[in-house]
Amino acid sequence: MTPIQTGPESGTTPPLRPARPAPESVQPNWAGALRQELFASRTDGLVSVLLIMVILAAALGLLRWALAQAQWAVIQANTSLFAIGRYPVQQQWRLWLLVVLVAALSGVSWGLLRAFPRADRSGEIWPFNDRLVVALLGFLAAWLPAALALGLPLQLRWWVITALLVTMRWLAGHWGRSLPSRLVKLVPLSWPLLYLFGMVLIAGGLGLPRVPPSEWGGLLLTLLMASFAILLSFPIGVVVALGRRSSLPLLRWSSVLYIEFIRGAPLITLLFLGQNILGYMLPGGWAPDRVWRAAWVLTFFCGAYLAEAVRAGLSAVPPGQLEAARSLGLSMPLALQRVVLPQALRIALPAAVGQFISLLQDTTLLSLIGLLDLLGTARTVMANPEFLGKNAEVYLTLAVLFWCCCAALGLGSRALERRLDPTHSPV
Amino acid sequence: MSTTLERIPWWRDRRVVPWIVQAVVGLALLLVITLLVGNLVRNLTAAGLLLSWRWLGQPASFDVAESLIPFDASMPYWRALLVGLVNSLRVILVGLVGATLLGTAMGMASFSGNGLLRRLARVYVEVIRNIPLLLQLLFWYFVVFLALPNGTAAFQLPGIVLSKSGLYLAWFAQGLSWLGPELVNGVWQAPLRLSVEFTALLTGLITYTGAFVAEVVRGGIASVPKGQWEAATSLGLHWSASMRSVVLPQALRVIVPGLNSQYISLAKNSSLAVAVGYVDLYSVSETTLNQTGRALEVFLLLLGSYLIIDLLISAVMNGANQLVQIRER
Amino acid sequence: MQPSPRWLLALPLLLAFTLTGCADDSGSGGGVQSMKLSTIRGRDKLVCGVDGKLPGFSFLGPDGTYSGLDADTCRAVAAAVLGDPAKVEYRDLNSSERFAALASGEVDMLARNTTMTLSRDSAGGNGISFGPTTFFDGQGLMAPVASGIKTLKDLAGKPICVESGTTTELNLADRMREQGIAYTPLKFQTGDQTYAAYLGGRCVAVTSDRSQLAAKRSSFPKPDEHILLPEVMSKEPLTPASVNGDPAWADAMRWTVFALFQAEELGITKANVAAKVAEAKANKNLADLRRFLGVEGDFGKQLGLPADFVPKTIAAVGNYGEIFERNVGSGSPLKLERAENRLWSKGGLIYSPPFR
Repeated sequence: MTPIQTGPESGTTPPLRPARPAPESVQPNWAGALRQELFASRTDGLVSVLLIMVILAAALGLLRWALAQAQWAVIQANTSLFAIGRYPVQQQWRLWLLVVLVAALSGVSWGLLRAFPRADRSGEIWPFNDRLVVALLGFLAAWLPAALALGLPLQLRWWVITALLVTMRWLAGHWGRSLPSRLVKLVPLSWPLLYLFGMVLIAGGLGLPRVPPSEWGGLLLTLLMASFAILLSFPIGVVVALGRRSSLPLLRWSSVLYIEFIRGAPLITLLFLGQNILGYMLPGGWAPDRVWRAAWVLTFFCGAYLAEAVRAGLSAVPPGQLEAARSLGLSMPLALQRVVLPQALRIALPAAVGQFISLLQDTTLLSLIGLLDLLGTARTVMANPEFLGKNAEVYLTLAVLFWCCCAALGLGSRALERRLDPTHSPV
Repeated sequence: MSTTLERIPWWRDRRVVPWIVQAVVGLALLLVITLLVGNLVRNLTAAGLLLSWRWLGQPASFDVAESLIPFDASMPYWRALLVGLVNSLRVILVGLVGATLLGTAMGMASFSGNGLLRRLARVYVEVIRNIPLLLQLLFWYFVVFLALPNGTAAFQLPGIVLSKSGLYLAWFAQGLSWLGPELVNGVWQAPLRLSVEFTALLTGLITYTGAFVAEVVRGGIASVPKGQWEAATSLGLHWSASMRSVVLPQALRVIVPGLNSQYISLAKNSSLAVAVGYVDLYSVSETTLNQTGRALEVFLLLLGSYLIIDLLISAVMNGANQLVQIRER
Repeated sequence: MQPSPRWLLALPLLLAFTLTGCADDSGSGGGVQSMKLSTIRGRDKLVCGVDGKLPGFSFLGPDGTYSGLDADTCRAVAAAVLGDPAKVEYRDLNSSERFAALASGEVDMLARNTTMTLSRDSAGGNGISFGPTTFFDGQGLMAPVASGIKTLKDLAGKPICVESGTTTELNLADRMREQGIAYTPLKFQTGDQTYAAYLGGRCVAVTSDRSQLAAKRSSFPKPDEHILLPEVMSKEPLTPASVNGDPAWADAMRWTVFALFQAEELGITKANVAAKVAEAKANKNLADLRRFLGVEGDFGKQLGLPADFVPKTIAAVGNYGEIFERNVGSGSPLKLERAENRLWSKGGLIYSPPFR
């Protein structure tokens, strides 16, 4: 059984990745020389020259535009709107606190991952090119605040936060092994806690003044919606996938109905349902705020696709596993929980991450129903007389931002896949 | 045997537990559905918007920019919705063909002997897949296509003219005379004109779906055993010939099922047309909702239409799948 | 096997119990619906649907605050109902989603440059309840000077940009049909896209309310290169609205807006309102002023508002004239003439019924 390996993927079933590096196998004499790579034959040479010319022209044009023509003031003047929307100024310390906590915890987790390499792969740390990532972080911390023309106090804050992250990584990497193992086990558990705490910080409650969802915006809203939908869609996906494979007709049919209903409709029509009809379906006053309504629509949307990914994972687990577990005397729930699901979820991981990446991208559709997510904010900014017609700058910036987020998720998923892989070489 | 059965407590009895589980789940579902539908009916009755289809016959009183079937503002809503559906189908059909061609080319390119071409195909896939489609559509329309020149400055190739007002193609005019685009009083005229909204939407959909199709094609080609390549090469077949007549036909068995879901997502993604001003089914539905307030009916129509489109695509692809599978005798 | 029949017996009971429970819920839900004012008070926030991207009417600035005539209307109502103009939660709404948002209770009121029409007002149509018109407008067309377009007829066969879901979309269809002119309507979901397409040169003209066109033109890089055609295609009374079926709330909103008109008529401004209240308190003979400012009588109570809702409102946003000048008139980049929007006493249409 070849595990299905996928990268980022939008929508439905995962495309198959080649099980082995196919390009090399086509050209056995790949061995190196540029000449063979690019100019193996006359046609190849012609194609290469043509491509090089096109690439050079495109790169030069883009560079000239970006450096000379583009007016990046539209980004610089609106960084706050892009980042957090209309979040009240006097409450913004809460977001800073959250960023600090996230940075610290990421640093710790990262360091611990380094401190505890896979036992069966001595010397291989995770991720293996991690010095490069630190260098990249340092560069971003130095360059980005300056490029965005942030004030010096803000720049300082970002430097401090980056320094905190790197320090925590170093500390945890060095001392992680000497920590009591009970403490180390707490770290993965602290992420969900941090998430809950973060929600409280953002939305208010527990003594903090409430900040209504209509004042969240920009990247904050995008990340919040995506993370909310991802977290909650996971249990939905697992339950529905189990339901779909269940032998009980009612469970199976309701799961199938749910999956097919969601997958049959474009997301925008479901958002339409959430915005225009859900209000009628709930008793007066029950309907959540429209931001939350959209979040729930995204969650149920993602849940259906995730169910398909998990189902694929479930069907890849040999039936003997369940039978063996049952014959050992485990009850059905226990057998599923301890034996089948861990294997199935590991197999489903790439497809699930692909789904999450596409969900992150799908949050842009919120701008079509008038929410001020990253794209919605961008459209507001471009309506500002000062920045009229700065489409290219804004869209390109957003594209780069989304690309980085999605690519990072994809890379992270591949690294995680390697770490969870029980065998040395898949296939 | 019967004594052991007697001793199994009921919560472990395999004849009882499934029924209890089903009953609980069924009850919960029933409850939720009753609550939702009950409220819906009550609230819609209160608002005077309970399910009715009479409004479909009333004049729409809005115009649409492009339509394959005759339409004007005095025609009823159902006709307007039909115009939207036809427009959707048009972009989906052309998009499917385009995405397949582009995706296949890119998927094949990632096996090319030319290293540059191979990497370029990878870059294309990785760039496109990690950027939201909506963003890409807005970029294509507002940044690329609206920056095109108009009139005499338009991009011209024999038989093709691309300008801000649209894509003009040579086609058969009356009878069989071949007619190219021509400039009449500063305005391009051609037998086949695609509006720039349609062209932008199509470009966005094709490049986006093309990246996913490329991955499917790549996976399909990679699934063909290496020996097939070697056999083809040792027979003296050139790269393109072995790809075309040996590898691709075998790869199709893996590719076709994978394409199905990509095609369906293209069909669904076509509803983003509303962002670039193309009048598709969703766009007409939204205008209709705005004028009639009939949210539920409009939603049901939308849902039904996309469901039928999905089923059609699946049916066609299932047929295609049966064609490419190995027939064992 | 024995306990299972008992279990099954419990099921119908459970069913009956939960069903009655759900009936109770929905029963109480229906009652709250007609109590918009108390909902707003309970929430301590007025949720106001605005455009958010239209300079002069409602516009979200880089500092995250809203400004404009419509935004000020929201503030005025918040000041009247809650005593604080800052207690407004703005919702940016598309033209195509605004009525659904109002009908579903998503927003308490709309101040979103919305034209009052019969079908939007009537119970058989959109079923919303309009207040007093805050801006009398008409539909116009804007075209680049260089295009040489002067009248509707020049637009034959040409693409025209229009925001979908608006009355302008329908008026355009009507006018063109009347005159038998074929044209291509290019429809966009939002105003910003509509104008982006126009500025991008995709269409030779854009149609909308004349005030909106002027507002947008003022924001263009080169405003002089665009002209408003003299043709006025329709009447567009831009009017704040609330949901139907809650007359008390509709009245509260309506008379808050009238108070803005009346204050201008009486010469009460943001600056002098405190002095006027003091004057009214001191002088028992100024009966009109005393009633209007809530010093005597119970107008506030009759509306379900605080007695001093008028001075609170004026102190928060000023009178109608001030709001106009600040947002769209001489004090703004738009520099619109008052024209029809002068007070009735100066030949305009702004008229408040007596506060009596």
